[in-house]
Amino acid sequence: MTETDMITARSLSRSFKTKSGPVEAVRGIDLDVRPGEIVGLLGPNGAGKTTTLRMLTTLLMPSSGTATVAGHDLVREPRDVRRRIGYVSQVGAPPSAGTIVGEELVTQARLQGLSKADATTRLSEVAPRLSLGGLERRALLELSGGQRRRFDIALGLMHSPQLVFLDEPTTGLDPQSRANLWDHIRSLRDDSGVTILLTTHYLDEADALADRVLVMDDGKIVADDTPDALKARISGDVITLAFGVAGELARAESVARTAVPVREVVVTDSALLVTVDEGAVAVAPILRALDFAGLSPSSITVNRPTLDDVFLTLTGRSLREGAEGDSAA
Amino acid sequence: MFTEMFVIFQRQMRILLRNPVWVFFGLTQPILYLALFGPLLKNVSGGGLGGDSAWRVFVPGLLLQLAIFGAGFAGFGVIQELREGVIDRQRVTPARRVSLIFGRTLSNMVTIGVQAIVLVLVALPFGLSASWSGIASSVVLICLLALGISAASYAMGLILKDEDGFAPFIQGVSLPLLLLSGVLLPMSLAPAWLRHASQVNPLTYVVDATRALFRGDFGNHDVWIGALVTVALGALLAWWGTRTFQRQSA
Repeated sequence: MTETDMITARSLSRSFKTKSGPVEAVRGIDLDVRPGEIVGLLGPNGAGKTTTLRMLTTLLMPSSGTATVAGHDLVREPRDVRRRIGYVSQVGAPPSAGTIVGEELVTQARLQGLSKADATTRLSEVAPRLSLGGLERRALLELSGGQRRRFDIALGLMHSPQLVFLDEPTTGLDPQSRANLWDHIRSLRDDSGVTILLTTHYLDEADALADRVLVMDDGKIVADDTPDALKARISGDVITLAFGVAGELARAESVARTAVPVREVVVTDSALLVTVDEGAVAVAPILRALDFAGLSPSSITVNRPTLDDVFLTLTGRSLREGAEGDSAA
Repeated sequence: MFTEMFVIFQRQMRILLRNPVWVFFGLTQPILYLALFGPLLKNVSGGGLGGDSAWRVFVPGLLLQLAIFGAGFAGFGVIQELREGVIDRQRVTPARRVSLIFGRTLSNMVTIGVQAIVLVLVALPFGLSASWSGIASSVVLICLLALGISAASYAMGLILKDEDGFAPFIQGVSLPLLLLSGVLLPMSLAPAWLRHASQVNPLTYVVDATRALFRGDFGNHDVWIGALVTVALGALLAWWGTRTFQRQSA
């Protein structure tokens, strides 16, 4: 913990009373986010991501624990926290008829304490930055899914916050809109130095956006590292060498073992699966050694482990299985 | 605080005025009562009814009905806003929770005030003749009541969170309260047990007061009791609504 941390949480917990007894949605998590970081909270539905986010944004009182957000105590100074943070909730129900993009953004800015003139000026800065320029007079109901999400993000940026929380920013968007939104999110940090904490249950999203990934499962943080380090720590890269002639497999195995330091070798009916620390570095020496021994594989692929593999190793459950569980509280 | 309240008020009114069909929708029920039920009262004798004075008894009841249903149903709006994420995103601003709820109740109050005036104007050609200052004071009382009821309705909407819970609740509460206050026919026609039941209903005193005001009977003790009950009830409901709104957004 340092003085300048954007978020510092200690033993943050939240339990809910339900008909079948109390449910511990978040079980005492510690969290540190430095200024300018993009941190991803990754986990299946029901892992406690949204509950964590709602606590850190003052929408939900923690049952216990402490947190300092943007320099202010979450419980004692919620208004000071609110002034400094932006919050973009999960995609909501279709908007009411009669709501207009520009008006809603100005209303939000005014509730954040901007004067009418400042709010209007800010609208003319924020709208083009999120490719909403020219849509100010458009009804919310007429926006496409991608535009709606960019509008949601714009709402959270009207008061130029230092810290922005994004709850599942791209859920439900088509691949093109997702990639587009990722660019916008990256530019928030790269161009304006905004610190971002986002939740996602998309592995590729955490991988693409986050400097650091916190893996959440069952209300706890089970891993905290960079996407690359997490992958390296867990399983390493797998080089798959396919051979047309079955007899070559055994010779190829011993050649590969002597060529590079391997973690593990698995021989299947038609292929050799060699696990190494760095696939990109190991593939050339293996090929050279195979060639020297007169062996030529019919195909070669190098697979980096996905965050799904990471999640499986960390929790013993696949991310997809977990996603079928109960919805986030 | 007043800026925040005004910003919310403005937003609600803008959305409402873009969908004016809801304003008219709220008016259709009392106007139907006026047109299709009111004329029957002319030929009923007793309880201050009969002849043209029937309208002076009947229209105050319709004003109360307007406030109960108009403001009582406000909670449906907040459930929709909850689902859209509007409530959450407003709660994440430093705006005072009181402003968030009162900006909304203020828009309900203004809507009901306008509807009340339209209703009185529509009643004139039917034969309503009443004290003008009495009508004006009645509209003020109805507005105060609407303020409290809509605040409480918003709070209930936030507590129940979906229409399936809220709709039966609001129907179950509003209809008995309305009938027990003697909105359709005065409680002086009621058998003793029903009259006693109506005496524990605060809305009874509101109707009695507005009826006395329509007669221009300002000195009548019904007026003072009714005004006190209205202010107390409005304040109590507004306080409870605000407190609940604050707690729900802890």
